[in-house]
Amino acid sequence: MTLLIEFRRDLLIALAGLVLLVAIGLGIDHAWPRDFLTSIFAAGLLAMSLNMLIGYTGLVSFGHAAFFAMGGYIFGLLLQSPAFTGALGAGSVPVALGVAVVGTGLYAVVIGAICVRLTEIYFAFLTLAFQMFLYSVILSWVDLTGGDQGLMGGIPRPIFLGIDLADQYHRYVFCAVLFVACVMIMRIMTESPFGYTLRMIRDNATRAAFLGVNVFRVKLICFVVSSSIAAVGGVILALFTSGAYPEWAFWAQSGEAIFMIMLGGLNVFLGPILGAVALRILNDVVQMYTSHTEIVIGVVIMFVVLGLRRGILDFVKDWWVEKQQARLAAENRNGQE
Amino acid sequence: MLRLENVVKSFGGVVATNDVSLNFSAGSLSAVIGPNGAGKTTLFNLITGHLVPDSGRILLEDEDIAGKPPVDIVRKGIGRAFQIASIFPSMTVEQSLMCAVASHFRTSEALLSVFPPSDVRQRTEELIELLGMGSVARLLSANISHGDQKLLDIGLALALEPKVLMLDEPTAGMGPEERWQMIGTVRRLWEQGEMTLIFIEHDMDIVFEVAQGITVLSYGAVLAQGTADEIRSHPQVVEAYLGTETQAEASQ
Repeated sequence: MTLLIEFRRDLLIALAGLVLLVAIGLGIDHAWPRDFLTSIFAAGLLAMSLNMLIGYTGLVSFGHAAFFAMGGYIFGLLLQSPAFTGALGAGSVPVALGVAVVGTGLYAVVIGAICVRLTEIYFAFLTLAFQMFLYSVILSWVDLTGGDQGLMGGIPRPIFLGIDLADQYHRYVFCAVLFVACVMIMRIMTESPFGYTLRMIRDNATRAAFLGVNVFRVKLICFVVSSSIAAVGGVILALFTSGAYPEWAFWAQSGEAIFMIMLGGLNVFLGPILGAVALRILNDVVQMYTSHTEIVIGVVIMFVVLGLRRGILDFVKDWWVEKQQARLAAENRNGQE
Repeated sequence: MLRLENVVKSFGGVVATNDVSLNFSAGSLSAVIGPNGAGKTTLFNLITGHLVPDSGRILLEDEDIAGKPPVDIVRKGIGRAFQIASIFPSMTVEQSLMCAVASHFRTSEALLSVFPPSDVRQRTEELIELLGMGSVARLLSANISHGDQKLLDIGLALALEPKVLMLDEPTAGMGPEERWQMIGTVRRLWEQGEMTLIFIEHDMDIVFEVAQGITVLSYGAVLAQGTADEIRSHPQVVEAYLGTETQAEASQ
């Protein structure tokens, strides 16, 4: 209850956002907006959840896509198992979603407990190492995962509560709800006292500890929640592609999420979403003209990084903050005279 | 209040803290002095849990806290500020203090409310008033003056309402006028706060003016602990540390 009252403004915005997304998806009689937005839901959740670590906590992970892939694979594997769907029937999809999220969360507890003790480059490389470990497991355990072919043959989705995820409209709305719910969870995480404790750790972890903050525990909670949300992104992509593929666990997938954050901005809540949209559009536009998309996108990112020296929304935010700070400083000077 | 018994800490072959036994009584205002490398900051690091002593006991109200992690020691009531102001650059002064207050109220991991909760906001306003930082409250910590940053660092520790407040050179890097202003603020905070305050200071005028008790460290060991008058006339202290200055005064 307190949660509803305290975050009523953000909840209303989230609700309005959901209505808008549903209106776009159902109102336009073309598959493209739905497909485009669904891919943004998946990539956006990966990038935003990663930014809880990078932007809010100062933990630059290079291995976040491992949890994204894990979510997709658990979800797909469960639903492809006749024993699972046979036993649960209509409950299969919600249970598979729950198991994918919680299972990935538990995996993240183990990985996080090892990784979050480290900082900076050591943290980055250890997360990368665990991601490549998972990638190797997926590639080599062919009997279970299909190896480099991925999960083939589609993912069955028994109808539950009247929701048929084989139907593209149902699927789109379902994914939009998942996406908005996860964004809202991250909003609560970052705007609550917990979120400001994350900022303390990012700015000065030693000082935070000397102010009584249990730095390890807070980092671990953040790591696990953000990994679980990445898993939801993986589930959305698994639903969208009706499969799961080893590239999701490859380092380039994590790299793409970092690109999105760098492009959109890491100190603004919705920055990574903007980055995801920008990168996707850029990708689609460039693909119309040339197959060398990586080179072109690389150049664009280089210009953003060298030109703005920060993400797009960071640039806007910094400009606004500097203006406000200058005004306050001027007021102080006038006050003293 | 705070008692050290035979505390030893060495780094490799260097004995940074050599069999130190000290007593700081409740509600006192004490200074720790000594030349560079005498082990003042090491002593602070040992008491606050940043370092683990090789041997000896550190008793806070008769409870041995030696070797406990900083988080636990903070919770037991020892707050500290640092020689180089240790603050949160991307947060405003107000936000930083709110974070520290939230930690004191045990709500730093709370999820169900928007930051800051109303009790945190209220306490922070009192704190800003007490520190006299109203005019800079909404500025980013990175943008305020060096003196204000040092004061904010003290304010962060103060937010925890510590029983013992330890200030590592509160006047470091300041001009003479600013030093006296800062130490005046420190003294006022101590008078209003019902706490034991221990500070490291290099300026002897300030130490003798402000401190009730003075501890002199030299090569990691306690050379003397006593009142300002006792220290001023302590033969070893005069010889080893105050030396020329006091002799010069005596000969005048």
